[in-house]
Amino acid sequence: MRWFWIDRFTEFVRDTRATTIKNICFGEEPIDDYLPGFPHYPHSLIIEGMAQTGGLLVSEAEGFRKKTVLAKVSKAIFHHVAIPGDQMVLEAIVQNKQPAGALVEGKVTIGGVLLAEMELGFAFLDDDRFGDTTLFPPEDLLRTLRILKMFDVAVDQNGNRIQAPEHMLEAERQAARDIRFARVR
Amino acid sequence: MQVSEDVFAKVQSALVDALGVDEDEVTPQATMVGDLGAESIDFLDIVFKLEKSFGIKIATEDLFPKDILTESTYVQDGKVTATGLEELKKRMPWADLSNFEKNPRVQDFGDLLTVSDLCRYVVSKVA
Repeated sequence: MRWFWIDRFTEFVRDTRATTIKNICFGEEPIDDYLPGFPHYPHSLIIEGMAQTGGLLVSEAEGFRKKTVLAKVSKAIFHHVAIPGDQMVLEAIVQNKQPAGALVEGKVTIGGVLLAEMELGFAFLDDDRFGDTTLFPPEDLLRTLRILKMFDVAVDQNGNRIQAPEHMLEAERQAARDIRFARVR
Repeated sequence: MQVSEDVFAKVQSALVDALGVDEDEVTPQATMVGDLGAESIDFLDIVFKLEKSFGIKIATEDLFPKDILTESTYVQDGKVTATGLEELKKRMPWADLSNFEKNPRVQDFGDLLTVSDLCRYVVSKVA
């Protein structure tokens, strides 16, 4: 199963705020299986979607090199449920960011009606303790970010467009070279 | 260093919010880890909440002077040396180190901080 619980970025301002959308589809396995007879989108996956929105938001400025993990769900309040056919709008706002981690406030709405409010804490894992490799292969993450159309909307605090980091582009080029080389062999 | 009721109330509120404990558990003498159950990630949350509440900036090193607890100049056989203790007192004048001094095992440092210590730290930053 692909563990992506957002569909697309619609807004992204470096280290400040990001908005994503998530369409709730009856064909998704968790919808039908979570509570048979009452198909709705699990709250835990809404939290995960906000964690993905906020996690990418707080790790972009460092070129996605920091190992960013959801460390704490400080608050999660749900006012109702999301059902098939709904489109959720997930807004993440950075409240605080330090070398060790970040705090993000999240709001989820459907058609302008508040569905959920949350506060998520992210930790940036220490390279000394956890190694200096990234959590995901850069070329894979880059492909995901393109699918999510992050670079279509991402800007820095001055409104300048954000491009994909060079180290990710290079990883992508290297992966392509490796595939070509494997085919030739 | 005097701690006003207002400062204590704000620190108490931050701890209740961050740790999910009851107000009456957050006494001045309560230790952050042993009594209130704070884990390492909670400290980041507490720092964020205190920064917002008091409008201050808190460096993690202020509360956890990592170098003193790891470098061989300051640590021998798992205990903070006399030099290390002096350095701790200099950097953390707001902390009550009297109990820790009796047996300064590095592993016990995490449970050193009390709510009172945190309040005095905040006062030192606000001043």
